[in-house]
Amino acid sequence: MKRLPSLLRRHLAALRAVAVLTVLLGLVYPVVTTGVAQALFNGHANGSIVDRDDRPVGSALIGQSFTDADGNPIRKYFQSRPSAAGDGYDPTSTGASNLGPDDVVDTLPAHGEEGRQSLLTRVCARSKAIGELEGVSGARPYCTPDGVGAVLKVFPGHAVSVNQACPAKPFVTAYKGLEVECAVPGEDYAAGRTVPIRGDAGPPQVPADAVTASGSGLDPDISVAYADLQAPRVARERGMPLDQVRDLIRSHTTGRALGFMGEPAVNVLELNLALDGK
Amino acid sequence: MSTTAAGMIFIVSLVLALALVHKPLGDYMHRVYTTPRHTAVERWIYRLLGIRPDTEQSWGVYARGLLAFSLVSVLAVYGIQRLQDKLPLSVGMAPVTDHIAWNTAISFVTNTNWQSYSGESTMGHLTQMGALAVQNFVSAAVGMAVAVALVRGFARSRTEHLGNFWVDLVRGCVRILLPIAFVGAVVLVAAGVIQNFAAPHDIATLAGGHQAITGGPVASQEAIKELGTNGGGFYNANSAHPFENATSWTNWVELFLILLIPFALPRTFGRMVGQVRQGYAILAVMGVLALAGVLLTNAFELSAHATVPQAVGAAMEGKEVRFGVSNSATFGAVTTLTSTGAVNSFHDSYTPFGGMMTMVDMMLGEVAPGGVGAGLYGMLVLAVITVFVAGLMVGRTPEYLGKKIGAREIKLASMYFLVTPALVLIGTAAAMASSVQRASMLNSGPHGLSEVLYAFTSASNNNGSAFAGLTVNTPWWDVALGLCMAFGRFLPIILVLALAGSLARQSPVPASAGTLPTHRPQFVGMVVGVTIVLVALTYLPALALGPIAEGLS
Repeated sequence: MKRLPSLLRRHLAALRAVAVLTVLLGLVYPVVTTGVAQALFNGHANGSIVDRDDRPVGSALIGQSFTDADGNPIRKYFQSRPSAAGDGYDPTSTGASNLGPDDVVDTLPAHGEEGRQSLLTRVCARSKAIGELEGVSGARPYCTPDGVGAVLKVFPGHAVSVNQACPAKPFVTAYKGLEVECAVPGEDYAAGRTVPIRGDAGPPQVPADAVTASGSGLDPDISVAYADLQAPRVARERGMPLDQVRDLIRSHTTGRALGFMGEPAVNVLELNLALDGK
Repeated sequence: MSTTAAGMIFIVSLVLALALVHKPLGDYMHRVYTTPRHTAVERWIYRLLGIRPDTEQSWGVYARGLLAFSLVSVLAVYGIQRLQDKLPLSVGMAPVTDHIAWNTAISFVTNTNWQSYSGESTMGHLTQMGALAVQNFVSAAVGMAVAVALVRGFARSRTEHLGNFWVDLVRGCVRILLPIAFVGAVVLVAAGVIQNFAAPHDIATLAGGHQAITGGPVASQEAIKELGTNGGGFYNANSAHPFENATSWTNWVELFLILLIPFALPRTFGRMVGQVRQGYAILAVMGVLALAGVLLTNAFELSAHATVPQAVGAAMEGKEVRFGVSNSATFGAVTTLTSTGAVNSFHDSYTPFGGMMTMVDMMLGEVAPGGVGAGLYGMLVLAVITVFVAGLMVGRTPEYLGKKIGAREIKLASMYFLVTPALVLIGTAAAMASSVQRASMLNSGPHGLSEVLYAFTSASNNNGSAFAGLTVNTPWWDVALGLCMAFGRFLPIILVLALAGSLARQSPVPASAGTLPTHRPQFVGMVVGVTIVLVALTYLPALALGPIAEGLS
């Protein structure tokens, strides 16, 4: 008989504890913090919104796509990094690609199915496209000249360049004496041994951040190297002296905090706004 | 300055900052948990709770209070999620699906903060701050309460009394977590982390498209999410999201908040048992393991090993430009070494060995330095196992801090250690045995196994980070991982409190010539060794099939 009341008493105390602590920590704390934040750092607390002609055009902290309706880069703007957030830079669907470091084999589109690009092929395709846009070589290690992952599936009698759908010409003709074939969409090559081929590409001219998706999918920044790569194209499109564009890059570069935290970064939205203002 | 040099200075600066504050904070927490005086606010809270704050509890009463509080918490968090569309500030969010709400309730109450949902499309503002952030506070305070109760078990003799759960809970929240979180939140806002109650609003972008700018009380949640080693992001992108982690220096601040309490608690422990040097020995074990974890993760990530990072030229997939590779690796190591689980970069895309390190960090049992409270009690259990192993070697009755480690104590400590590996390995095996569950893997081959192994390791150790490619918002995964989180949290807590009760009852044994000194480097080395050997023996086969197979192929 004595157990039940103590059990009840305990759970009643627990119920009150949850209620009291919810009011204190779940209402008073965030409301007071909001009050202080709004009073002291109004702009920051509300999302660092940047205006043009008194109209908000974005947040200084949230990256944007600078592409046209068809998804092609708008050439007068600096381009952001690839994004895995929704259809790109969608704050209601943030996140990363989550593809692993050895995700190298594509599923080719076949029989009406969409297929899936491996992380390697995504990297290679982006590198090739950016190389063409900026007029430099988009070549990278482990990439074929046509911009997919250079990966073989090796079988006892032959080898298949799995990411190159027939009738593409395989990036190598032979591997260790075996003839290399193009891949037949829909064919199952899972049984073969996966062999990525490094090739003889030197250090890539398209920087690392340009060919990878960020963690948030909202990365507002690009590296200084990627900004420098884009500068000649932007200068040309706008008829501006290259030096002026480079100066703007410098003035929109945030160095490492205190000289050692993080990496130098160029804010793309603010840089493009500054260009539009010239 | 090179990336590597800057990254190393970043690590050194964190170590220095923690070295500077661990003593004052540890001493302060010692006062918080030992003073007989209650503040006016606390007395008022105790009256509302209807409890007598000056009554001491036995381990059983302490544990039952803790379990009752956690049960009611689960129901409250579940209820708020299910009813959020009828509550204010729902910003248009529908009620959370039943299995996701159940999983999330357990996840936040157990200090895991595993998220099978995406914050920005699932949770209203009130659910975030009134349910999830509240648990960020109280689950952390519960962890500290258990640690303090265990330390009292060592410090006290011939008594059943381990303190009062309600008092420890309230003091942890009000005197430690709340003030630091408030300061942390304001600092984060100063850098651009948002703090408002706005709903998402559309703006026209520069290129003529549309973008929804989200709102929310993010900074207040972010601060306690790190400070309480919780890790549940306001947004799906977690601390990679610029609204959660705006700059390279907020990244430093967040790491500091994560490590602050776990590295100060050994000092509190030393003060409470009356031998500061015992605290330093525990701190040294934590420090050695943590530094090794951070440096190895950095080395692997900076090496850009594996095909895609080689093609890219750096392991930048899933990482932010403002943080870079090194600071991201440091965050990844710290978040898994503590039981935080916040991420500023996505572990699924790490290099094979970098990703393995994040798993190994968790497999250590979240003790270096571990979650708030949970790290200290886990480490003390490992110290108990170490003196037992040492005692076996020389044929003496093992003792630690003047308490005999007898049959009952070592049974409790061994069972404590066996809980998580059993959950991790059985869970992983169950998932891999079913083709339906295997279909949840995003990646194939060894990396797919790593995703599953990571999920069960993270849930059972109450970490909460993920190889996020795995699809886990299905009933099977929500239930399986929910059970792992619940058992992985509360079984060890019950065992630790039982151990505390049994230690407190003992009379102290005076130290003799045969007593193993537990404050010397020799003992530090032994605890480090025991920790690593236990992990290696338990998890090496599973790791060999996952990340090691991937990294060596």
